[in-house]
Amino acid sequence: MAVDPIHQFQIQNLFPVAKIGNTEIVFTNSAAFMFAAVLGITVFLVGATSGRGLVPSRLQSAAEIAYEFVATTVRSTAGNEGMKFFPFVFTIFMFVLALNVIGLIPYSFTVTSHIIVTAALALTVFFTVLIYGLIRHGLHFFNLFVPKGVPIYILPLIVAIEILSFVSRPVSHSVRLFANMLAGHITLQVFASFIILLGTSLGVVGWIGGALPFLMVVLLFALETLVAFLQAYVFAILTCIYLNDAIHPGH
Amino acid sequence: MADGTRGKGDRNEPPDDEAALSARLQRLGKRLAQANRPSENGSGPRQTADPSAIARGFRLSTELVAGVLVGAAIGWLLDRWLGISPWGLIVFLLLGFAAGVLNVMRGAGIVRERHLDE
Repeated sequence: MAVDPIHQFQIQNLFPVAKIGNTEIVFTNSAAFMFAAVLGITVFLVGATSGRGLVPSRLQSAAEIAYEFVATTVRSTAGNEGMKFFPFVFTIFMFVLALNVIGLIPYSFTVTSHIIVTAALALTVFFTVLIYGLIRHGLHFFNLFVPKGVPIYILPLIVAIEILSFVSRPVSHSVRLFANMLAGHITLQVFASFIILLGTSLGVVGWIGGALPFLMVVLLFALETLVAFLQAYVFAILTCIYLNDAIHPGH
Repeated sequence: MADGTRGKGDRNEPPDDEAALSARLQRLGKRLAQANRPSENGSGPRQTADPSAIARGFRLSTELVAGVLVGAAIGWLLDRWLGISPWGLIVFLLLGFAAGVLNVMRGAGIVRERHLDE
């Protein structure tokens, strides 16, 4: 039996949508799962808030926990002023979380394991920070790159390093999420394929021995569930930390 | 390193009896507590930002790589556009490495975040 751990990440064209120039815009399985995530979040939040009971229902408490969690993160990282970005951060958090969790379902597609998606999200954050910082603080925003109290003769070097550090943010922001999801899902698939390989090649002994990789798959799946939540959280908190620079640069 | 000079002073004392030994142990305990405190203080402001240590670990995992990659990419592009190979790559790879280390130290809370500079 051929084992191809990369196969699960293949983009499949479902139906063409439009054609711009020579580029065909096609609705893919990736887009379908993104729609599913948005639909899931919308149904969850609308359903949770429609009751608006003083004593929350189970769904409502789940939504309230999600709100409180993100709100605390935003306040503690970017201050009260950061709350104007709460809708943005909450959207990103819920979107990434939903995509990660949907990706955990067997035979589904993990959208966040494609760097183009995570890079687009990270670049959105990056340009939001840049544009909002420039609008709000003007050229004063670039003081971000000029630390105070640095001797003048090493200042050019420090500024160059600070700028590189700033530019490398979207890279680390996107690669972290993408690499974790990709590596986790490949590991799961490889260990799961060991069971089949053992069973088909060694017969009964193989199937019994397959209990070991099966145990690994169960443990790894628990880890992947944790990673799915944590990566969404890390993505959101870094968004807050970066937004904080746009709100309070260097003073 | 103030601790280093104090350490020498301790070593010169003769370890005569139990009392002296326990006194030295106590001093060592105090110094260890002191040595541990700055790191706690350093992570104090970050603790509010990263309640979960695993989250911080994930954060640090790619910071260094990203800095080096961006430095290398910029250096390589400058080399191609300006035809100054290999100097762009050499200089920006080093700068990128420095930026990566800075990112990691910021993420770990060893160096203060930019916005706290007053």
